[in-house]
Amino acid sequence: MTENVTPSPLVPGVEHEVVRELHEQFGADAFVFQTTLDKVPTLWVPRAQLIDVLAFLRKLPRPFVMLYDLSATDERLRQNRLGMPIEDFTVFYHLISIDRNSDVRIKVALKLDDLTLPTSIGIWPNANWYEREAWDLFGVVFEGHPHLSRILLPRTWEGHPLRKDYPARATEFDPFKLDAAKQDLEQEALLFNPDEWGMKRSNKDNTEDFMFLNLGPNHPSAHGAFRIVLQLDGEEIVDCVPDIGYHHRGAEKMAERQSWHSYIPYTDRIDYLGGVMNNMPYILAVEKLAGIEVPDRVKTIRVMLSEFFRITSHLLYLGTYIQDVGGMSPVFFMFTDRMKAYDVIEAITGFRMHPAWFRIGGLAHDLPKGWDRLVREFVEWLPGRLKEYEKAALQNSILVARSVDVAQYNKEQALAWGVTGPGLRATGVDFDLRKARPYSGYENFEFDVPTAHNGDAYDRAVLRLEEMHQSVRIIKQCLENMPAGPYKADHPLTCPPPKERTLQDIETLITHFLSVSWGPIMPAGESCQMIEATKGINSYYLTSDSSTMSYRTRIRTPSFPHLQQIPSVINGSMIPDLIAYLGSIDFVMADVDR
Amino acid sequence: MSIFTPEVIAIIWAVAKALIVLFGVVICAAFLSFVERRLLALWQDRYGPNRAGPFGLLQLPADMIKMFFKEDWTPPFVDKLTFWLAPAIAMSGLLLSFAIVPVIPGWVAADLDIGLLFFFAMAGLAVYAVMFGGWSSNNKYALLGGVRATAQTVSYEVFMGLSLMGVVVITGSFNMTDIVNAQKGCWFVFPQFLGFLTFATAGIAVTHRSPFDAPEAEQDLAAGYHTEYSGLKWGMFFVGEYIGVVLISSLITVLFFGGWLPPFEWSVFDYVPAFFWFATKTAFFIMMFILIRAALPRPRYDQIMDFGWRICLPVTLVNLVATAAVVLLLNPSAA
Repeated sequence: MTENVTPSPLVPGVEHEVVRELHEQFGADAFVFQTTLDKVPTLWVPRAQLIDVLAFLRKLPRPFVMLYDLSATDERLRQNRLGMPIEDFTVFYHLISIDRNSDVRIKVALKLDDLTLPTSIGIWPNANWYEREAWDLFGVVFEGHPHLSRILLPRTWEGHPLRKDYPARATEFDPFKLDAAKQDLEQEALLFNPDEWGMKRSNKDNTEDFMFLNLGPNHPSAHGAFRIVLQLDGEEIVDCVPDIGYHHRGAEKMAERQSWHSYIPYTDRIDYLGGVMNNMPYILAVEKLAGIEVPDRVKTIRVMLSEFFRITSHLLYLGTYIQDVGGMSPVFFMFTDRMKAYDVIEAITGFRMHPAWFRIGGLAHDLPKGWDRLVREFVEWLPGRLKEYEKAALQNSILVARSVDVAQYNKEQALAWGVTGPGLRATGVDFDLRKARPYSGYENFEFDVPTAHNGDAYDRAVLRLEEMHQSVRIIKQCLENMPAGPYKADHPLTCPPPKERTLQDIETLITHFLSVSWGPIMPAGESCQMIEATKGINSYYLTSDSSTMSYRTRIRTPSFPHLQQIPSVINGSMIPDLIAYLGSIDFVMADVDR
Repeated sequence: MSIFTPEVIAIIWAVAKALIVLFGVVICAAFLSFVERRLLALWQDRYGPNRAGPFGLLQLPADMIKMFFKEDWTPPFVDKLTFWLAPAIAMSGLLLSFAIVPVIPGWVAADLDIGLLFFFAMAGLAVYAVMFGGWSSNNKYALLGGVRATAQTVSYEVFMGLSLMGVVVITGSFNMTDIVNAQKGCWFVFPQFLGFLTFATAGIAVTHRSPFDAPEAEQDLAAGYHTEYSGLKWGMFFVGEYIGVVLISSLITVLFFGGWLPPFEWSVFDYVPAFFWFATKTAFFIMMFILIRAALPRPRYDQIMDFGWRICLPVTLVNLVATAAVVLLLNPSAA
């Protein structure tokens, strides 16, 4: 598959340390280097060498400990190949090394009639769900996978929707009908069969049967349409199987038929508590494709609103967490605080939960007059309340007894399962993208990254409280140092484009007209942007084929791996511990299922 | 000769008193559903039910109308007899205990010499409500709730009985009226402070009120043992819980806080009706029940059991032995 690419005399990519290490081990001929706009070294590997390369990267000194993302692309309709191997499908592995604070992306090209790859579960346990997802949506078979089955779609589904020959619109299908027979079939498919998961129905000496408890998809503490089937011995969880997909909307498929601009509101709804925080990775990735550098004022406003949403999300988290361990009152107080935050957000953006307010190259509007007074009132209000919550709820001895040492995992486990965000920092890993890889001007702010060392449910809750204090600090700095200037970049691909000269000359008018009607055309290329979202690291990996729409949009969300980790953490604990654990993860199912 | 001989009139009067106490308790318990919601709302910075009638006072009739006319659904997979029996026991068990509570002097439905023992017997029966409810529902959540409830009630009843033995030792009687009269001058909460603490704890646990509401922990078990119940049968569980709250509060009042007795002797108090003292004290403890629910998270089920067996039980035993020793020391003839 690499034979039709001639290696250039000056080997590209050798400026990256990891590329040199790989060349040394496997020889430079084994790889094809692809230049991407996000500067992540991207290497094409032949299928035969894939597992060796991945295992080597995992074992390097300062290893790539985390499988950050794994997914595929259907390349069959792609026009701009950018010198990559020409095949039908691509599977990519995005790896992170915390020690190096750098990434590497490994790609494998596959033919349609031979869509198979060896599994990498042996190297990173969290490859399990990602491989199931790739099989579900693309039909890529991972040999050696213990349970390669549908994960996001119902088990009765036919076809692999993210393939390019799979229609994206309901009108391209026959009208949907649900008759009694079909309904029975669907219900049947949802029944849990323990044997399928290799679970025993009774204990070793056949003296006692296990109870299989179906928790969710409709349960008060499942935080959305999440189902987890528990194998119980009394109240002790012997094993469990999380089941997701009940909230799948096909967000990645939708991105392939929306203009770059009109996809922004969809991003708001990925982590529906994150509001404009969701726009950030998408917009930044598009801006990398377009080559737009936004003014400082835009960056600062984006940071300020993102931190507002971090606070509202964390407040909801803390309230529901305390409620999950049985404390019913704090959540009501926290909703009052959230309302105050939303009042500010609404005054600035015009909406509350899903403002879709960031734009390619800028913002929808400038800040309104008097915004500073509103923001100041909020940042003066919140810290006192947070102290109260700490005293009244988090230091309560029953709450402490319910959450200290509960659902505990260490640094190695967290990294192996792809845990990011406060869940990772609670194990003592100081990895916050706002510090480690600053974006949108975070390098200009003074704030601390709180960490903890016990890695239990309690630490995860306390960290978020501390993070809210830090967010208040950041917002205060935005308030005091808001730069002057335009709220939009002066760039032809900014959307909506600058309008000042549209009535002056025909060239500007035509560009403006096309940009607004069809949407801007992003130059061909690939770019990925990670941000420290409310729940962990969220990223958009965009592939542009020089069109008004994205060719492939890969949304990597933090909640997906966090749920995958559940069985490894909770087995052996009791049901109430599982509830405390679920509460401490901070997930929303929209963020898991996309 | 009239059939209204003094004996018959005495019987009718006794029945009337019993009925007044009965309806008083049931109405108070039902009304608590409204009071609890309003009080929780007050402590949680919100309004609560304030739409129906002045201050939302008509919320209770509205709820009752809804509950009475709701379809009384019995799922097809349940064990019918026990499924129907459970809510009846839940409501009647603790209600019957009220027979021994002396509201004011002379106002006690059954002035039994073994009053306290009768209460223990009834509280012991109440566990069948949750056990039957959880088991007959044929639902895994209900079963888990039923198991939790049974284990919890049985463990806590062990020292609930012991926690009151100090009071009995001092009084020298199981009769409730005697116990109140013995508190003239000094409420038993002072000499029996440990007894009070453990009894209050056990009382909350036996009525499955927060933070001992693991049997119906919404967050883990949906609704626990009454998951499958709806309509009037669910309403009986619900009212049964509030009857428990009223009962435990009134028992705390009677056993440790002097029942109808005023806090201290003062000539002005001679004009205050005895019922005022009883009602005020009981209302205070009911409010504490609700405040505790608003303030505390829920310990895990095994932590609840641990607390019961490892802390409360030894404390009550020590309390009993110490009380007995002191009583013997002060009054050797009691032996």
